[in-house]
Amino acid sequence: MNEKAEKIKESLITIALAIAFTTIVIILSGAPALETYIQIFKGSLGSKAKLGQVIQAWIPMTLCACGLLYTFRIGLWNIGVEGQVVMGAIAATAVFRLDMTAANPLLMMTAAALAAVIGGAVWAFVSGYLKIKSGVNEIFAGLGMNFVAQGLILWLIFGPWKRPGIASMSGTEMLPQEFWLPFSAFFRISPISLAGTVAAIIFTAVFLIYTRAGLKLKAMGCNPGAAHMYRINISAYMLLAMLLAGGFAGLAGFFQVTGVYHSLIPTISSRYGYLALLVVMVSNFSPWVSPFVAFFFACLNVGAIQLPMVMKIDSSLAGVIQGALVLSTLAVQAWHAWKLNKEKV
Amino acid sequence: MNSFDIVILLSMVVAGAAPVVLAAIGETITEKAGVINLSLDGGILLSAMVAFAVASTTGSIFAGFAAAALAGAAVSIVVAFFSVYLGQSQVAVGFVLALMTRDLAYFIGSPFSRIQGPQAPHLPLPFLKDIPFIGDVLFNHNVTVYLGLFSIFVVWMFIYKTRPGLKLRAVGEEPRAALVRGFDPRKIQLLCSAAGGIFTGLAGASFSLAVKAGWGQPQGCEGTGWIALALVIFGGWNPVKAAAGAYFFSLLQVLGIQFQGWFPGIPAQVFQVAPFPLMIFTLIIINLPKNEAISAWAEDRPVLKKLLSKLSGDAPTSLGKPYKPDIY
Repeated sequence: MNEKAEKIKESLITIALAIAFTTIVIILSGAPALETYIQIFKGSLGSKAKLGQVIQAWIPMTLCACGLLYTFRIGLWNIGVEGQVVMGAIAATAVFRLDMTAANPLLMMTAAALAAVIGGAVWAFVSGYLKIKSGVNEIFAGLGMNFVAQGLILWLIFGPWKRPGIASMSGTEMLPQEFWLPFSAFFRISPISLAGTVAAIIFTAVFLIYTRAGLKLKAMGCNPGAAHMYRINISAYMLLAMLLAGGFAGLAGFFQVTGVYHSLIPTISSRYGYLALLVVMVSNFSPWVSPFVAFFFACLNVGAIQLPMVMKIDSSLAGVIQGALVLSTLAVQAWHAWKLNKEKV
Repeated sequence: MNSFDIVILLSMVVAGAAPVVLAAIGETITEKAGVINLSLDGGILLSAMVAFAVASTTGSIFAGFAAAALAGAAVSIVVAFFSVYLGQSQVAVGFVLALMTRDLAYFIGSPFSRIQGPQAPHLPLPFLKDIPFIGDVLFNHNVTVYLGLFSIFVVWMFIYKTRPGLKLRAVGEEPRAALVRGFDPRKIQLLCSAAGGIFTGLAGASFSLAVKAGWGQPQGCEGTGWIALALVIFGGWNPVKAAAGAYFFSLLQVLGIQFQGWFPGIPAQVFQVAPFPLMIFTLIIINLPKNEAISAWAEDRPVLKKLLSKLSGDAPTSLGKPYKPDIY
């Protein structure tokens, strides 16, 4: 009971700190703070259509967060998640471009989804393999792979996959309608992406909390030396965690192509991979909390879109709020640890 | 540039490298003292914005550079404070700040978007510029280039030839031993991070006031911070080697622009990302000597052995592991 009250108190302090910082930034920029928050709220939860957009952003962010939970558990920094989304999207598009007019659309969709998962997983595997075999820090490997993926998608869109006549930032030609995920007219989102994301959350939570493999991942993240002595094959588990993370990110890429844009665009990942890293940190690496934090982050991102139109301020404010939340979380955690330490003495 | 002129090419390399040199040298100081400042990429962007905003408001280039240095120092002080004093993961804090300061820069800086602003003047150095070849390559630039060249020398001197430099290295290697010798490792780490941040700030100012003059989204310096972080590893935590890496990277970029002219069918974006995979390959090569099989194989080949030992550089022992005083 007391512990719960303490947790709630700390969460409230975290939020208060983030709001205080953000408010100062808004005031410094010369905009009215309250009005800004109201606009973000209206822009995200103000209407059914807006809520649909929020869920649209929530899906890839949550999938990436699910994947990151595995890599964080074992102590790996999978910054390459952004590129893994891109590679998933590219792999899915590649399947759709195969000329198979006679093939069953359902079969094609399944093949594309599989290809996307494999595409993301392979991209993550490279970073993991470099880390294990060559000692290249996974942060730099992942980052390099992000840039390579970005170069690849731009090359495809402007090169071999360009629209006949016009090659532009607007992306490749639209997919034929039979390759679009079914659409719920109510929210303008696909029930399949939504169901897939919920399944991913449950799978991740069960895997990490209730299975032996999940426990081993945690053991290796907490104390690699001890795990080594228990003869857990750390390298194999690192690769497994990377494959899972990349697979989920690739799936997010598949949903972006088939459920949202219906084509391959240069900004297909929309930085959701990077945001997912923040989501997981704010939720203190919990699989049950992450989806909620992701929802809040999605609200901020979608809500901020109308700031430039309504108030003539830049939409990057969303990122400032998100960053402030992570920093406040870290500060409050440190305060908590300091308090515990003092009680012990 | 249609005719392939080596002097023009090299002088382009030197001019373009200035901000990367500054950022890589700053990060070397920070990491040498045991702190990884992963926020570099956003920090450069934020200070680029601050430099441009201050310089165009006050009309003074100098004020722009000074304000940017302060902004850079402020960001790295946050990283050092959270990791060194609050015991939080350096990588986590640095990464968050890398994203957050980027958004902060675009948010606060949006009124300064796409306006004309002052630019660091072209300043050929008297006498030195008349040296054949070298003069045109090195001494016929704006102030940021000289700042970079000068910093390489000064920081190398500082780290390896002075007493405070010795303290800095001691803290990065053995913070407890440093404490026994009577200096506070945490204070030194905070100071070194701030010093590194000043260089980050100067790097940002070099972008918005010289190399890619102006402000807007995207500014064009995104990604530089990550390159600088990789260059510190490439340089084996030695400022001179890190700077050499920066010139090498700049050469790749300039060649990328060259190749673009030769292969017009390939989109420009491909050449822009080309240096990044090359960076990964370099990191793989740097790590080769640490591979037992390869070092055993090189054992009987003296030339190769020497080459490998030249390439490798050891990270400061306590890098990324903040020193906690309450353990003892």
